[in-house]
Amino acid sequence: MAEPEVSSAAAGGGGRLRNAFGGVLCAFALLLIGVLAFSIRLFSVIKYESVIHEFDPYFNFRVTQFLSKNGIYEFWNWFDDRTWYPLGRVIGGTVYPGLTLTAGTIWWLLNSLNIPLSVETVCVFTAPIFSANASWATYLLTKEAKGTGAGLMAAAILAMVPSYISRSVAGSYDNEAVAIFALIFTFYLYVKTLNTGSLFYATLNALSYFYMVCSWGGYTFIINLIPMHVLLCIVTGRYSSRLYIAYAPLVILGTLLAALVPVVGFNAVMTSEHFASFLVFIILHVVALVYYIKGLLTPRLFKVAMTLVISVGLAVCFAVVAILVALVASSPTKGWSGRSLSLLDPTYASKYIPIIASVSEHQPPTWPSYFMDINVLAFLIPAGIISCFLPLSDASSFMVLYLVTAVYFSGVMVRLMLVLAPAACILSGIALSEVFGVLTRSMKTHLSKLFDDSPAASGDSSPESSSSSVNTDSTKSENRTEKTETAPKEKPSKKNRKKKEVAESVPVKPKKEKRLLVLPFELSVMGILLLIVLGGFYVVHCVWAAAEAYSAPSIVLTSRSRDGMHVFDDFREAYAWLSHNTDVDDKVASWWDYGYQTTAMANRTVIVDNNTWNNTHIATVGTAMSSPEKAAWEIFNSLDVKYILVVFGGLVGYPSDDINKFLWMVRIGGGVFPHIKEPDYLRDGQYRVDAQATPTMLNCLMYKLCYYRFVETDGKGFDKVRGYEIGKKHFKLTHFEEVFTTHHWMVRIYKLKPQRNRVRGKLKKLKSNAKTSPALAAGRKKNPWQ
Amino acid sequence: MVAPRHLAALLLLLLAVATVAGEDEGPRGRRLLVLLDDLSVRSSHSAFFGSLQARGFDLDFRLADDPKLSLHRYGQYLYDGLVLFAPSTPRFGGSVDQNAVLEFIDAGHDMILAADSTASDLIRGIATECGVDFDEDQEAMVIDHINYAVMDVEGDHTLIAGDDLIQSDVILGSKKIEAPILFRGIGHAANPSNGLVLKVLSASPSAYSANPKTKLGSPPSLTGSAISLVSVMQARNNARVLISGSLDLFSNRFLKSGVQKVGSKTRHERAGNEQFVTETSKWVFHMRGHLKAVSVKHHKVGETNEPGMYRINDDLEYSVEIYEWSGTSWKPYVADDVQVQFYMMSPYVLKTLSTDKKGLYSTSFKVPDVYGVFQFKVEYQRLGYTCLSFTKQIPVRPYRHNEYERFIASAYPYYTASFSTMGAFFMFSFVYLYHK
Repeated sequence: MAEPEVSSAAAGGGGRLRNAFGGVLCAFALLLIGVLAFSIRLFSVIKYESVIHEFDPYFNFRVTQFLSKNGIYEFWNWFDDRTWYPLGRVIGGTVYPGLTLTAGTIWWLLNSLNIPLSVETVCVFTAPIFSANASWATYLLTKEAKGTGAGLMAAAILAMVPSYISRSVAGSYDNEAVAIFALIFTFYLYVKTLNTGSLFYATLNALSYFYMVCSWGGYTFIINLIPMHVLLCIVTGRYSSRLYIAYAPLVILGTLLAALVPVVGFNAVMTSEHFASFLVFIILHVVALVYYIKGLLTPRLFKVAMTLVISVGLAVCFAVVAILVALVASSPTKGWSGRSLSLLDPTYASKYIPIIASVSEHQPPTWPSYFMDINVLAFLIPAGIISCFLPLSDASSFMVLYLVTAVYFSGVMVRLMLVLAPAACILSGIALSEVFGVLTRSMKTHLSKLFDDSPAASGDSSPESSSSSVNTDSTKSENRTEKTETAPKEKPSKKNRKKKEVAESVPVKPKKEKRLLVLPFELSVMGILLLIVLGGFYVVHCVWAAAEAYSAPSIVLTSRSRDGMHVFDDFREAYAWLSHNTDVDDKVASWWDYGYQTTAMANRTVIVDNNTWNNTHIATVGTAMSSPEKAAWEIFNSLDVKYILVVFGGLVGYPSDDINKFLWMVRIGGGVFPHIKEPDYLRDGQYRVDAQATPTMLNCLMYKLCYYRFVETDGKGFDKVRGYEIGKKHFKLTHFEEVFTTHHWMVRIYKLKPQRNRVRGKLKKLKSNAKTSPALAAGRKKNPWQ
Repeated sequence: MVAPRHLAALLLLLLAVATVAGEDEGPRGRRLLVLLDDLSVRSSHSAFFGSLQARGFDLDFRLADDPKLSLHRYGQYLYDGLVLFAPSTPRFGGSVDQNAVLEFIDAGHDMILAADSTASDLIRGIATECGVDFDEDQEAMVIDHINYAVMDVEGDHTLIAGDDLIQSDVILGSKKIEAPILFRGIGHAANPSNGLVLKVLSASPSAYSANPKTKLGSPPSLTGSAISLVSVMQARNNARVLISGSLDLFSNRFLKSGVQKVGSKTRHERAGNEQFVTETSKWVFHMRGHLKAVSVKHHKVGETNEPGMYRINDDLEYSVEIYEWSGTSWKPYVADDVQVQFYMMSPYVLKTLSTDKKGLYSTSFKVPDVYGVFQFKVEYQRLGYTCLSFTKQIPVRPYRHNEYERFIASAYPYYTASFSTMGAFFMFSFVYLYHK
């Protein structure tokens, strides 16, 4: 990034030296930003340990292990028989392989360099590495729009934006970790192509898009945002050959490449998410044709042709629209899938699709979460938008469009805050750098006035003022000169302009400043100080967020009390118990949240997991959990389940336990099996498990498994999460037996009892006592077939 | 966890091989505990005990209230079967109680239980736990005014000549029992919905259960052929229990006496009791009707090794060997109704296995066009036989990426289209660039 500046320095030796110095400084700053982005994400490793976090990362980790052990072809064809029993899951065809392949490649590379790192270590540190990459990509993207200063600013902001940290701390080995980098880099290459009109960058852009498709389902954002921008350019009369080069290869190559990813496949041409790009592709060609014809015909003839074409075109359009409307009206769902409806109506999913709504990250965000995740950037964004409009270029209009759409989508679900974060960083970076530019410039003019000898200060302003006439020309004409420019000639001049984007306004600004009365010296100093304080607040907030809010691995919990810190390592305790005490082929049923962890940590077959691809199967488990014991036993037995795992937080006050998730089980189960009715579990519309709870609630399996023997802990059965005593305290299990409960009772594992060996007669007076003496259990003969 | 258990099993096996020295090992051992009310039963029922001893069982006669009585020591059972001829004992001696007996059964051991009109709550309780309900009236006996035995013609018609036997060669032996079976005792009922209990000897439709000494006040609770005189129960772990309402059924007197049913011309020199108790005791102690399945194998057609996973539409062969214990050796089991399921939540394939009459059952079929974790599942339940139920899990995967057809005939128009477009584009570019 330093070289073009050096080469483009048209000024004298002093200016060249200064530019070279600036380039080195810039490279050094970028290096530091990378280090910052990497190291701010290491809190989780330092405070806890180097482990994989949460749920999905465990799956990714397991897949990566498989990849590193069996190679890429086995991975591609991997049919996993240890999840979704008995359906199994074709992993190779249903995962976005980008993250896995990336980490696998890093691991392979390190190993072939004789650096023996474990797969887990590589996985843990993939996200921090890629956030450094992402901040560099942000620098490149912002530099394309507003110059180096804004780029550095944006990169520094992105390196520590909490929203992104939340998904990319060390150990958070999820798709988003690499996808955000891919997203920004794809945007950079698009803007770069748009600015240069180079086919080379267009091809790179398609490849980068391919990487993004490999990495994350969020690639649809790219393939919709870029067409929107193209359409915007066309509508605002900014069509150019550069636009064509930036867009057409991306659609064709990108779609072809996307179809190569097994999980996308024919979706790339068959689902509604991709239609916008094809539509805009057609429009672009029509516009190109119109411009071409316009060049051939005289204006008068063109007008005639225009009216002719438009009238015919309108007629055709009406016919097509009529047919479409008829088709749509004839289909029962009116042509809208639930998914697209949930994008347009943010509350759609939570109303109609419980399995989507049950995931907290699919809920619309609250206002505080904006402040938590992007902090002061929320206030800087408007300033950034304004400065994007002064002057509006293709690149800056792209930034504005990106921001606007990202804001909308972040309002749909919390998870998409992540897409908003880079846009917010870029625009805040632009805003900050503009403000700093103005303030420092007014300070500089004051200083130069003050000391009256300005060789040093005006040393760089003199070339600018000398070239100011050229620059003002180019600024004025830059929006209109596209048709005349040619790429090779454009390059240096563009570089020139880009580099001096900030400085460029100097000749304009002084006029304004003079008009606005240059900001007083004290005011600018104050302003800079205030901005630094603001930045300081931001940094403090980010570090706090990284250290406290987002670095908990969620498999190990801590709590502070008077007598020091408590560590709750119950999850791993339970999974370790499973892996050491159960048979390899035993099936473990739990709510789907714990599926990935069970397969990865305990290596046992699960019924459902976090890849919620089969609603019916999940509903079956939900139904079993909300059924009474006997019915539940029958469901689980038909699925060959041996063990049931429930998460219970009532003893230590861990709020995200199965009792709190239970209503979702009822809803999801009831969605498929209508005999499960949500009102049966609610007392006057309230969900409760105390003495007021309904009998259905108190008799369902989930209640029993969670609260079995709970009263023995304190004699009262006081649930710390719910904050009251439970409804039914003393009961026995007839079809299940408790086999393991962790230290803090957070995970409880039960075993299905086998069917009774004998069937009793009718006589009631004889109380049977099926207890077996432990001494005999070992000597008991097994069924000879097993 | 698994390995030591296997090791132990292996050691046991070695030990067994060493002791038996080449002889086939049956499904059950031969140590029986006989619990008696008083030792006179030992002589009054000596014919039955003699027949057991003749078949190689070691009988250990104990009084039911023997204070040193124990079924197990150091976690190992001391006996392989129990003959409970102590109907009136209120409680067992030593460490044995009702639960101990039931645990003994649940551990896979067999039992013959005989009651009579003096049956104690303990005996009734054990019977109830096995799914058999004796008449709650303590004084009641089975009375039949039509099908009684003539030698008891002056009595109260409680000596019954029963001939309503279950139709099962496995339980009663292949030789038909011609003579009626003498029975004097209490009746019981089994819940028809209880699939584990079978009525071996049922009362006739004219029978009822009441106190013979008093006048019948209210209608008897048990009447007709709902009364079972002798029942057997095969638990889910294949433990077998025979419950008889009559201890006399096994006695020398009934075994030896002749029998003539009222209204019947034929007089049998010997009652059917001897044959009945011999054959049923053979069945109870697993000398007949015990199946085992070994060497469950499956492989692709044309291969011999068992794969870890099948692909959809593979052709496979499945085989299993099934033997029946004949009392002395394992004989091939011959039947034409053994079926295997290829099962994933529901059977996708259900095939009847063909047998080579030497115990080998086999079939071949095509894996369905569905992937998932399947099971080879055999559930073979036949009257009198032990329940054969075994599964073997096997995943079925979809095609690999390179197992599809590479060139499909129907796609040739597309190939032509793309290659002609490429050619045309090349020519167009050439003409466009160099045509001046």
